[in-house]
Amino acid sequence: MPLKAALIRRDFPIFDRKIRGDNRLVYLDSGATSQKPNIVIDAEADFYRNNNSAVHRGAHQLAEEATEAYEGARLIVAKFLAADGDEIVFTKSATESLNLLAYAMGNAPAGNRFHLGKGDGIVVTEMEHHANLIPWQQLGKRTGASLSWFKVNTDGRLDLSDINSVITEGTKVIALTHQSNVLGTINPLEAIVARAHEVGAVVVLDACQSVPHMKINVGALGVDFLAFSGHKSVGPTGVGVLWGRKELLDELPPFLFGGSMIENVTMTDATWAPVPRKFEAGVPNMAQVVGLGAAIEYLEKIGLENIHEHEVSLVSRLLNGLQSIDGVKIFGPQDLNMRGGVVAFAVEGIHPHDVGQYLDSLGIAVRTGHHCAWPLNKKLSVTATVRASVYLYNDEADIDALIQGVQGAKKYFGDR
Amino acid sequence: MQLDNLYQAVILDHYKRPEHKGLSVPSDVQVHHINPSCGDELTLNLSLVDGRISLTWDGVGCSISMACASMMAGLLTGKTLSEAEPILDSFVSLMQSKGTQSGDEEILEDAVAFAGVSKYPARIKCALLSWMAFKDAAVQVEGKQSLGSEN
Repeated sequence: MPLKAALIRRDFPIFDRKIRGDNRLVYLDSGATSQKPNIVIDAEADFYRNNNSAVHRGAHQLAEEATEAYEGARLIVAKFLAADGDEIVFTKSATESLNLLAYAMGNAPAGNRFHLGKGDGIVVTEMEHHANLIPWQQLGKRTGASLSWFKVNTDGRLDLSDINSVITEGTKVIALTHQSNVLGTINPLEAIVARAHEVGAVVVLDACQSVPHMKINVGALGVDFLAFSGHKSVGPTGVGVLWGRKELLDELPPFLFGGSMIENVTMTDATWAPVPRKFEAGVPNMAQVVGLGAAIEYLEKIGLENIHEHEVSLVSRLLNGLQSIDGVKIFGPQDLNMRGGVVAFAVEGIHPHDVGQYLDSLGIAVRTGHHCAWPLNKKLSVTATVRASVYLYNDEADIDALIQGVQGAKKYFGDR
Repeated sequence: MQLDNLYQAVILDHYKRPEHKGLSVPSDVQVHHINPSCGDELTLNLSLVDGRISLTWDGVGCSISMACASMMAGLLTGKTLSEAEPILDSFVSLMQSKGTQSGDEEILEDAVAFAGVSKYPARIKCALLSWMAFKDAAVQVEGKQSLGSEN
């Protein structure tokens, strides 16, 4: 069913404001963070107004209500991913989810399946966001495990031709992105998952750019762990999700220690609560978790299939429009079946920051820079790009404004 | 257009026709500065010839960072380090002014054109890239000199 973006925008109060004078907001930076609907803002505020109390503690009514709201959000997330509730760990961000995995694996003693040492291997790709590169790179340095990676083709897809020599018998972890935050490439997972499981490795999926935009079923993907952030999914900042297969989460040692995550404590030792609480030390970001539950219900009401279809149509218009402008170079695959709603491009002779600044003067928000994927930029031989990313509240007028804006930038900087 | 305050004609001129660009060999000191938030890079060569600054540079970046490097090199070349110090201070102060200063033309000459940058917080670091590289290079060249004078 086609989305009515104009109706959806009414749910998002930020679109009522003006930008740089009297321009309407053309928000094309949802790949960095999405805007929030009233229902999410209200859910967060209502928690503070009505139910605020520390979850999993206390014998009073507020504590009961807070716990119910918090655990209710966990079930919403679980259903959303077609997972079980005790496979959902709340963190403060997707970055923390990925670091949790890397640090927890670093804590694994000899004999634990996650134990890493010399001779073991970690595999990433050249298109990773820094959040799914650096934790693994540093885990390798701490444990002596080697780091290797899949390269990126000139058309912005992973080169899997050497899959059997990249993923070897010694490989313990493969961490990759589901959709590149720069190229928009959606990575095919079947071959990687099959090869990983053949050698007994686990697959960690950075799903920050996919979960908010398409229907995800973790079982169907076949991966072992998955991370995404609330704030890119019309949810609040300060909440991320880590999903993991139950038996793997059971074996994985904890990362953060403290209150709530324990079973028994003496002065010299401690044992851990069952998952997921083993990974949720301290009073969690409760209002944000509740807000995320509201966000996911909102997205499901609209329908992830509808959102995806809407974005594909906008990206098609965007690619066609950009291709029609002389001197614009688009990075990433042109095939709409292989890409999602982010498009990175460069305008010949105009630095991306200057393009972005010009667009900003018209009320158009895009991202400029290396998008936290510096190694990928080096591979593409660019220091920076302009990135436009679409979501459910964007419409064709937004795309047309961007195309006209890029043409305007060419004139502004070219003629002066 | 509001944007013209940021992109003054003299800035775009320096961006399109940069001065002192292309690194001199050899130099007393070479520094390489990057802007990690955007990827802009600048290499600056500083030499002192009879106590007077000679600057050359190379880099990749936006119009603001590159024009600023070009203008700074012209402004400081031929000055002594002690003459350069108040110019650096004046430029930094202008960048921190949030649009409340127009800049001292006696000191900064054409570089007052960057006054508009101070209203755009995200771009201040672009303008300061070359100046911070110079500050670093000046400290290093002074260190080298004081080591030399002890021998």
